[in-house]
Amino acid sequence: MSTARTVLTIAALTLREASRRRVLLALVALTVGLLGLSSWGFSRLAAESLTSGEARLTASILLNLVMFGYSLVAALGTAFLAGPTLSGETESGIALSMLARPIRRSAFLLGKWLGLVAFGSGFVALAGLAQIVVVRVTVDYWPPAPATALALLAAQTVVLLTLTVLLATVISPMASGVVAVGLFCTTWVAGVVGAIGEALGNDAVGRVGSVSRVLLPTDGLWRGAMNAFQDPSAIVQFGGADEGAGAFPFLSTAPLTLTYLGWAVLWVAMVWALAAMSFVRRDL
Amino acid sequence: MSTVDSGAGVQAAADLVAGLPPAPAAWCTGLRKQYRRHLAVEDVSLQVGRGEIVGLLGPNGAGKTTVIKMLLGLVRPDAGEAMLLGQRSADPAARARVGYLPELFRYQPWLTAAEVLALHARLSGAGVPAAEQRDCLALVGLAGRGDDRVGGFSKGMQQRLGLAVALVGRPEFVVLDEPTSALDPLGRADARDIVLELRSRGVAVLLNSHLIGEVERVCDRVVVLDRGRVAASGTLAELLGQREVRLHLTDLSPAAQQRLAALGRVDREGEWSTVALSADDDGTAVPDLVRDLVSLGALVHAVEPVRISLEERLLGILRDGAASRAAGPS
Repeated sequence: MSTARTVLTIAALTLREASRRRVLLALVALTVGLLGLSSWGFSRLAAESLTSGEARLTASILLNLVMFGYSLVAALGTAFLAGPTLSGETESGIALSMLARPIRRSAFLLGKWLGLVAFGSGFVALAGLAQIVVVRVTVDYWPPAPATALALLAAQTVVLLTLTVLLATVISPMASGVVAVGLFCTTWVAGVVGAIGEALGNDAVGRVGSVSRVLLPTDGLWRGAMNAFQDPSAIVQFGGADEGAGAFPFLSTAPLTLTYLGWAVLWVAMVWALAAMSFVRRDL
Repeated sequence: MSTVDSGAGVQAAADLVAGLPPAPAAWCTGLRKQYRRHLAVEDVSLQVGRGEIVGLLGPNGAGKTTVIKMLLGLVRPDAGEAMLLGQRSADPAARARVGYLPELFRYQPWLTAAEVLALHARLSGAGVPAAEQRDCLALVGLAGRGDDRVGGFSKGMQQRLGLAVALVGRPEFVVLDEPTSALDPLGRADARDIVLELRSRGVAVLLNSHLIGEVERVCDRVVVLDRGRVAASGTLAELLGQREVRLHLTDLSPAAQQRLAALGRVDREGEWSTVALSADDDGTAVPDLVRDLVSLGALVHAVEPVRISLEERLLGILRDGAASRAAGPS
């Protein structure tokens, strides 16, 4: 069987697994709940007598906050799907009969990864788009670069699930999900701490965020996505990038650089290669 | 001119290769595997010929499943080589015509039985049409259950599905690791019939089973593993070929006892003596022995042939191994 055919077969199988397991139902329920809650909140906001500038600022911040909710749901969903689908199959014996077929393990892993990428990115793009439409309808706010923002949000999901795939090749299914989500949250907190450090002019604390963003690019990509969601005037209203705006966790002072995007792509490639090496060498 | 010569040479070489017998279904030599401090498999060599059914026997922890997994490229051997159908087993292409039912069988619970078979048919690359896949399900007794989710199957039904998965890719070599562990007596009989049917179609089978009677009924050859090593191997005739004769004797003089011992190993139990006969006996050993014993004054009350079962032979091999280990590493 050709490698491309194997990859597509396994990717389709992974998508079918995601659609038939409860995880999809749980994601849909969470998303609908979040959409409903946010549309109610945004409609209440529209009822307040705010100036147009204040309305845009509030909509920006709230949109970023709700999007953070989606990114967290996507992180939890993919992390807890990637663990069972890879390490769970290896432990339970499902993988034994499949890997005894004339297929390469790296093709099997790539198929699993691609299926998860399609599932995670698809969820983020659809849920995010629905949210943007809700905001448009309720408070008449449209983000400056919605496509970039959604793409970066999807990229953040890809980074996290690649990490989970690596972890799933070496540790148990549940542990890989827990560790990945733990690292995701830690990096986000480190990013906030770093931003506060920068706002206070403390370089040592400021470096915490920069270093964590290099080690795990989820927070960096998230900040890029926030910057594309928020109204440019929000930073000015918060006192400018060098004053208080940087320290606020749901505003991002600068767009993503191409260098950082390149690093994120390289990071994913390296971590995937490590996962493949570990999986190919593993005794089943 | 030289082109013509080389063309003829290539043709001759091709004819020579075409005339060679096909490579064995499975072949391995010097396989070794160590898990941390535990040596699971040491210097295991075995061969499964085309169309041959080979039984793999041995106590728990003897390394049978590890050997199977090394043959299939699922576990990397620390040393040694393995080939499947003439190709190195580390190459995935070697498994194109190989079917496998693992000891730990489990299939995607969110798929239906027909979907599991379709998935494996696709992964095997054999291009098996849907009708043939349905026949495969029917063969293992799952006709009419193709649209049911595997998650709702009993252990026995999952093992039947596993058999169908092993057979769906039109294999030339099938590895069955404890294929009847979850089956009822009827299921075991079905599995035995399937193995015999495979042999009639020229498909080679490596069968690992604790049910010695099952192995004895279907296998052409047996390999006994003990503590990761090959303790014995051969055809059933070779392994069970050691015949014995049991005699009820009285008035046994020392000379008569010597005559008995001259034939082979003697086990005495009261007035009964069991004598091992040599494998190359042409059928004269027992009449000669009886004649000589009578002439030496012994009273011969009964002479009975003794048949050794594979189970007794296996236990004998394993006990001999344990005894020689207990005797020390000299």
